[in-house]
Amino acid sequence: MSPTQWDFPVELCCRPMAFVTLTGLDVVYNAVHRAVWDAFCANRRADRVPISFKVLPGDHEYPKCRPKRTSYEWYIPKGILKTGWMNKHLNLVPALVVVFYELDWDEPQWKEKQSECATRVEIVRLENAFYEHAQTYYYTEIRRVKSHKEFLNKTTHQLLFVRHQFKIAFFSELKQDTQNALKNYRTAYNLVHELRAHETNILEIKTMAGFINYKICRLCFQHNTPLDAIAQFRKHVDLCKKKIGSAELSFEHAAWMSKQFQAFGDLFDEAIKLGLTAIQTQNPGFYYQQAAYYAQERKQLAKALCHHEPSVTYPSPDPLETQTGVLDFYGQRSWRQGILSFDLSDPEKEKAGILAVQLKERSVVHSEIIITLLSNAVAQFKKYKCPRMKSHLMVQMGEEYYYAKDYTKALKLLDYVMCDYRSEGWWTLLTSILTTALKCSYLMAQLKDYITYSLELLGRASTLKDDQKSRIEKNLINVLMNESPDPEPDCDILAVKTAQKLWADRISLAGSNVFTIGVQDFVPFVQCKAKFHAPSFHVDVPVQFDIYLKADCPHPIRFSKLCVSFNNQEYNQFCVIEEASKASEVLENLTQGKMCLVPGKTRKFLFKFVAKTEDVGKKIEITSVDLVLGNEAGRCVVLSWQGGGGDAASAQEALQASRSFKRRPKLAAGEVHWDSVVGQASTMIISRVPNISVHLRHDPPALTNEMYCLLVTVESHEKTPIRDVKLTAGLKPGQDANLTQKTHVTLHGTELCDESYPALLTDIPVGDLHPGEQLEKMLYIRCGTVGSRMFLVYVSYLINTTIEEKEIICKCHKDETVTIETIFPFDVAVKFVSTKFEHLERVYADIPFLLMTDVLSASPWALTVISSELRLAPSMMPVDQLESQLDKVVLQTGESASECFCLRCPSTGNVEGGVATGHYIISWKRTSAMENIPAISTVITLPHVIVENIPLHVNADLPSFGRVRESLPVKYHLQNKTDLVQDVEVSVEPSDAFMFSGLKQVPIRLRILPGTEQEMLYNFYPLMAGYQQLPSLNINLLRFPNFTNQLLRRFIPTSIFVKRLAHPDLIRADVSSIF
Amino acid sequence: MAVCVAVIAKENYPLYIRSVPTESELKFHYMVHTSLDVVDEKISAMGKALVDQRELYLGLLYPTEDYKVSVFPNQLCRYGYVTNSKVKFVMVVDSSNTALRDNEIRSMFRKLHNSYTDVMCNPFYNPGDRIQSRAFDSMVTSMMVQVC
Repeated sequence: MSPTQWDFPVELCCRPMAFVTLTGLDVVYNAVHRAVWDAFCANRRADRVPISFKVLPGDHEYPKCRPKRTSYEWYIPKGILKTGWMNKHLNLVPALVVVFYELDWDEPQWKEKQSECATRVEIVRLENAFYEHAQTYYYTEIRRVKSHKEFLNKTTHQLLFVRHQFKIAFFSELKQDTQNALKNYRTAYNLVHELRAHETNILEIKTMAGFINYKICRLCFQHNTPLDAIAQFRKHVDLCKKKIGSAELSFEHAAWMSKQFQAFGDLFDEAIKLGLTAIQTQNPGFYYQQAAYYAQERKQLAKALCHHEPSVTYPSPDPLETQTGVLDFYGQRSWRQGILSFDLSDPEKEKAGILAVQLKERSVVHSEIIITLLSNAVAQFKKYKCPRMKSHLMVQMGEEYYYAKDYTKALKLLDYVMCDYRSEGWWTLLTSILTTALKCSYLMAQLKDYITYSLELLGRASTLKDDQKSRIEKNLINVLMNESPDPEPDCDILAVKTAQKLWADRISLAGSNVFTIGVQDFVPFVQCKAKFHAPSFHVDVPVQFDIYLKADCPHPIRFSKLCVSFNNQEYNQFCVIEEASKASEVLENLTQGKMCLVPGKTRKFLFKFVAKTEDVGKKIEITSVDLVLGNEAGRCVVLSWQGGGGDAASAQEALQASRSFKRRPKLAAGEVHWDSVVGQASTMIISRVPNISVHLRHDPPALTNEMYCLLVTVESHEKTPIRDVKLTAGLKPGQDANLTQKTHVTLHGTELCDESYPALLTDIPVGDLHPGEQLEKMLYIRCGTVGSRMFLVYVSYLINTTIEEKEIICKCHKDETVTIETIFPFDVAVKFVSTKFEHLERVYADIPFLLMTDVLSASPWALTVISSELRLAPSMMPVDQLESQLDKVVLQTGESASECFCLRCPSTGNVEGGVATGHYIISWKRTSAMENIPAISTVITLPHVIVENIPLHVNADLPSFGRVRESLPVKYHLQNKTDLVQDVEVSVEPSDAFMFSGLKQVPIRLRILPGTEQEMLYNFYPLMAGYQQLPSLNINLLRFPNFTNQLLRRFIPTSIFVKRLAHPDLIRADVSSIF
Repeated sequence: MAVCVAVIAKENYPLYIRSVPTESELKFHYMVHTSLDVVDEKISAMGKALVDQRELYLGLLYPTEDYKVSVFPNQLCRYGYVTNSKVKFVMVVDSSNTALRDNEIRSMFRKLHNSYTDVMCNPFYNPGDRIQSRAFDSMVTSMMVQVC
């Protein structure tokens, strides 16, 4: 865009830098000079001193210094600031003129090199020198301007106060003294507002105030005091906003205000780019927004003030022309420059001037300005997390495009933001946006958009009044009947004319007249809910569902077709309601028709179809409901709801309705409340209800590893024969995976099943069944582990049935589950005892001991032990035959059977954890089981036993009993179990019950060689009858002090039963001796 | 005094908006709607604070809009307030004649909150529905400038 009247001059907006001219350089033809020049001005980075250089020829004529006034006594200034002044000091009057003079010395080549080299080195130093000179120059300039002050008086020289203050500030800026510049600008700003303002000079005052304010804000941002900048700007706006000036040119004030805001926004944005942080509530966007608002106001004012008759012509001569083409002073009127009087000397001239300005304003493209500003603001608000502000501004942009007659862009913007307002439920705002969008689509004759917006404006989200809705509905019906709609109100007359032609063309165009509109993203005027009657249907009954429709428009509306689509498209054909109606009938027969929706009333349409047998177990979903308005002869609109109805607002409404406990008013029979309808867009097809019974007979619990018998009885209660009856039975899937490994099912009980048998038998054909017939099937289950399992018995069959006069083959099934506990049939206790039946913690190598097993039945049913077997580990030796003592023993619940085996364990090394004993195997079956059922072997692992070596084993040979006064020979065998020669001390303690001969009391010593044994024979002579303690044998091993008599007692009997004499006399005598 | 009073649901749709009849209703709707940007931001900023330490009054939402533009002819200030159930109150106050102190705004919001609580206590009111209560209306009226 070319700069307009309101744009700030470049020389105001740039950063003032010391102006230095270089002369005597021929940069075009002399490469050395060129290099010198480049060194000064090329790639000037921020760390170099701020100087603006210019090359001028040596004979350049600089602006002449006008003779300085010595007295201001008769001087009356004509304006505040001359338009050329800033440029003069930035670009024309140098602070320093540098004269380059080339000295020709002897050796040109060498010198050239030297100078070039020196130049490069010296540049920076030179530059600093220039800079110091320039600073001195500007310092003196400031002093000079200040010196004028004393000559000024407040009555005639008010303008000069401002001018001088501005100049001081500007020179300070050139001097790079920004602090003083800011101070002086602030003073200048205050002085501007002290000027006497009148309609004739208000523009000049505002212009200068704007300039100075711009400088102040700019310096504040530069000094990183943004709050000062904002405060200054607010103050500026406060002071100036009421200074409108001439009412006929009030659009100028709006334009000026707009520019103030825009410039501040630019400054703010620039500061942000240099590192300033802005926040949500204080960012440049607000200033652009305000600028846009003033631009809008300018537009309105211009519209009101510049509305001249076409006969009014631009005044001639042009009052806006000046001799030089530019103004002498900033902010003055071209037709009365330099006139300070508040009275208008030439009212005619003034009138012409105002007319010229007004007519000029007419050519301004306001919308373009407004849209640019709004779009700047949008970018800012997007950055500072203000999505709603952004949407709002985009709406305004769209509206501005609408005013600018760029309907395509308007529609694009409006359509983009609509969904934001819709999703947040701000219906008033949505309606307003839709109304504009409808106008745009009308003016462009965009059929689909026009229909879409109409649908929503007629809907329940629209806040339009009924008369408006009525008008829109009428238009919509016209469009459906292939006619043109009436124009929207308040549209531009010319645009309407164009639109009418477009609409007429649309009618003559044949072809694509079907518009499918997906309504789930907006709120159309017809609501839809689909509801299956049940969450599931048996395949032998028809699937039924209702489509509920409700219109929210003011007048009844007809539709031509209602159809429903499913995930299985084969059903679509059964769910169509169609009525051949002519387009002209849309408005006739309003209330009676089946295909008519009456506003506010909920209409219900029942649909029915027979599900395919393949769909058993599947979900049937409604994928869309299509309602067709109009017909193909005219125009057709297909409102398409995805799934079971519902639009952008219905979810929230349904939630509110579900929370509500308001009593709904009573309705006539057959009518329903819309809110009380809860959609159900899918249903399951499930198999026909079976009419058979399945019984299971069995004797729980199951015993580990047995072939557990399960008797399945299937009885048909169907009216017709059933066929293809199949049985699936076994472990119910979905349980612990380990159970599958340890459960096996078979139909044959006569052989034990192994790992290869499955856990579940599937689809065992069992034939057909006539009504009332029953069949039985025996199943055997083998459970390898204890615990409970769920078993499934699933019976399926086929049956022919008829629904809706259609023969179908239904597959029915019935299942039974049963939980069976598996227990271990026996509790087996095993213990080790000595040959004396004393409990043993450990056994001694090579010394016989007893293994006792105790089998306790845990089964509630009688068990027959067929046999038992002891399978010894290699480390164990039987002492005698290992015959089963339990063959054919029947155990009732809680009964136990014991066995005893004499074993010996040869000497082993010291085995950690003991020596394996072997296995005990019980072969058994239920006593009730049939003959052909195999026996089950239950293997019990016997515990390990610790084997200990002893140095000496003693065993005694003695009769099983003694008799009083009869000799009782006792022979002790002392076996040396070590590899050493043993020294043994043996003694027998005296006893009252026995007399005995042999070596006694005095220990005898003897030696036993390794592996040999020594016999000691004692003849005892019992003296008393009954259980008697044998005289105790004491053995002392000299090499093994740990070998105690305690241990010894384990091996040899300590007592013996002594019978009385056999002779009756003796018995009597003995008895008498007792008493 | 207040020129527009709005109650906004937790989901950010309006439960109640009333503005002085002299101005364009639409402008106030936009004003309230755009205020939600700042309200949302303030709520999410205080999200971490403990519930009982929470300040319900959100204060001035935007710097005073005091520019003489025809669309906003007065000095308008927007204030916000949020209840513990995240229902928001937004109030637009005309301060061109008399600047209101923060305390006065606070007490206005408290009045509004009390009246809103009464609405909620009505067993026939379904939370989330638009507020249609005569008592609430008259309370809002008392807070608004008597223009007519």
